Amino acid sequence: MARPYSVQRQRGFTLIALFCFVLLYLPMVTLVVYAFNAGATTSAWEGLSLRWFHAAAANERIIDATLRSLTIAPIAGLIATVAATMAALATTRTAPYRGLTFKYAFINQPLMVPEIVTAVALLVVFSRVKIWTGYSGLGYLIAAHTAFCIPFAYLPIRARLETMDLTLERAAADLYARPWMVLRRITLPLLWPGILAGFMLAFVVSLDDVVITEFVKSAGQETLPTYMLGQLRRQTTPEMNAISTVFLGLSVAIVTLFFFLSRKTD
Amino acid sequence: MAIRENEFFTLLGPSGCGKTTLLRLIAGFEYPDEGEILLNGRDIALLAPHERPVNTVFQSYALFPHMTVGQNIGFGLEMLGKPRREIAARVDEMLRLVRMEALKDRRTSQISGGQQQRVALARALAPQPKVLLLDEPLSALDYKLRKEMQIELKRLQHETGITFIFVTHDQEEALTMSDRIAVMSGGSILQVGTPRDIYDRPDKRFVADFIGEANFLPAQVLSSAGDRAKVTLGAGGEILAGLPHGTQPQGQITVMVRPEHAEIAGTDADATLSGTLESAVYFGTDTHLNVRLGDGSNFVVRRQNDRCADHGFAPGMPVGVRIRDGAAQVLRD
Repeated sequence: MARPYSVQRQRGFTLIALFCFVLLYLPMVTLVVYAFNAGATTSAWEGLSLRWFHAAAANERIIDATLRSLTIAPIAGLIATVAATMAALATTRTAPYRGLTFKYAFINQPLMVPEIVTAVALLVVFSRVKIWTGYSGLGYLIAAHTAFCIPFAYLPIRARLETMDLTLERAAADLYARPWMVLRRITLPLLWPGILAGFMLAFVVSLDDVVITEFVKSAGQETLPTYMLGQLRRQTTPEMNAISTVFLGLSVAIVTLFFFLSRKTD
Repeated sequence: MAIRENEFFTLLGPSGCGKTTLLRLIAGFEYPDEGEILLNGRDIALLAPHERPVNTVFQSYALFPHMTVGQNIGFGLEMLGKPRREIAARVDEMLRLVRMEALKDRRTSQISGGQQQRVALARALAPQPKVLLLDEPLSALDYKLRKEMQIELKRLQHETGITFIFVTHDQEEALTMSDRIAVMSGGSILQVGTPRDIYDRPDKRFVADFIGEANFLPAQVLSSAGDRAKVTLGAGGEILAGLPHGTQPQGQITVMVRPEHAEIAGTDADATLSGTLESAVYFGTDTHLNVRLGDGSNFVVRRQNDRCADHGFAPGMPVGVRIRDGAAQVLRD
């Protein structure tokens, strides 16, 4: 019997799909498996053990770097999300005008400029500022992370705003709501899933950053990714795998959590 | 143009004629480049929407999806800073008015289109605006429901005594509901009048053509007295036709005859015009008889159907058309 056309029955479809999935997930599966290795290498399997998880959990420097990452990411993510929400409102709740497209590009600049360029630029500027002010705290990292997180927060928020019916805000204004009340009672509640998605993206991007952090950080300001990078230069023990596995689990957990949160409020 | 208090006033016109823009100017969603919008003598043209004692029923209803039916209706009063007890009482009153008491705590996504329409009405009426603006509010409803809501709207307007400004492109809706109609085209108002004025005494060809169906006949003025003129039709025959208010036209003019105001002549002596029957199209309540006149133009006569007697018209037969005195109207242009 003839069956309707489906892309899934194209010759080689299954093969190509399998190949892609293997390519995507095999390295990660290997990484996770060796996190449970009892031996001291990431190549020879010597039995199942939680040894390296215990080692990582007891490692002061890992705890220190993790706490720093978990300080920077929420703060930078939050500031970036607030800024991105305001930018998204300003660029969608207006009649189109000349230069609006330029403004989009301007806001999304960090997506287009190579990260290494931004990193070097920030290094040059911040080193001068450090000399002037004498301040060398986490502020620089937070500022840098905020800056490159803005477009990641901006894009989902703007996307959500563009699908939101402007008539609802008009209706609220028609029903005597002042602009601030329209924002509080109508726009923000309806925009909430977009804001959550924006924050989540910003948070994960900040948590994950290596290049800019590596250039901007002062001595002793390791984040989890820069610490891991530093360790890889010396030796690779399954301790790295263990941290990566926890990191992976954390990311998946965050994404899943936000997914369900935003779906509930949708 | 002035709209009176407690009036059901309709802006009627084809899409793109500017009727919705006019409504938005009154609501405050757009601002005029020049001119005034007076409400009880006060110019509101440049006030923000929340500063105008005017509420809108939107075409898409625009109900707040994150609030219940009751919260939607109470929103305007809440924004006006009314005490809670008063809001609650008024919400219940509005729910009764639109017969939706049972659905107060539902989400707006859990009710039907007709019910959403009622909530939108109740929400806009709750703050007791001076003027209620309605932007094609019935266009999303199916035919039966639309008929029901037409009656409902008239009842609400009567009970609340609020001035309604209603925008529609549906001529039937306009004729059945309005106290007065403004017919719009290309951004300007062509004629303002009662439904009967607009239908029976249209000023302009566009108005006659847009509302109902019309036959247009070239004619020559013989003489005029008061609001009537004696004219000779280009296709033959003399009739008395109504004149637009305050005009005394001379020479070549156009007269308009509604298809149901003309009839097929019983005898040749009765006929104003004569021609050949081209086709007879059955419409249920009536039949449209398309007559080819002597000068080659087409004339439509609408004849009420009789279940017990077939009219017996067949294409090709010669027929006479009778236009009674006063059944025709001279157009201004």
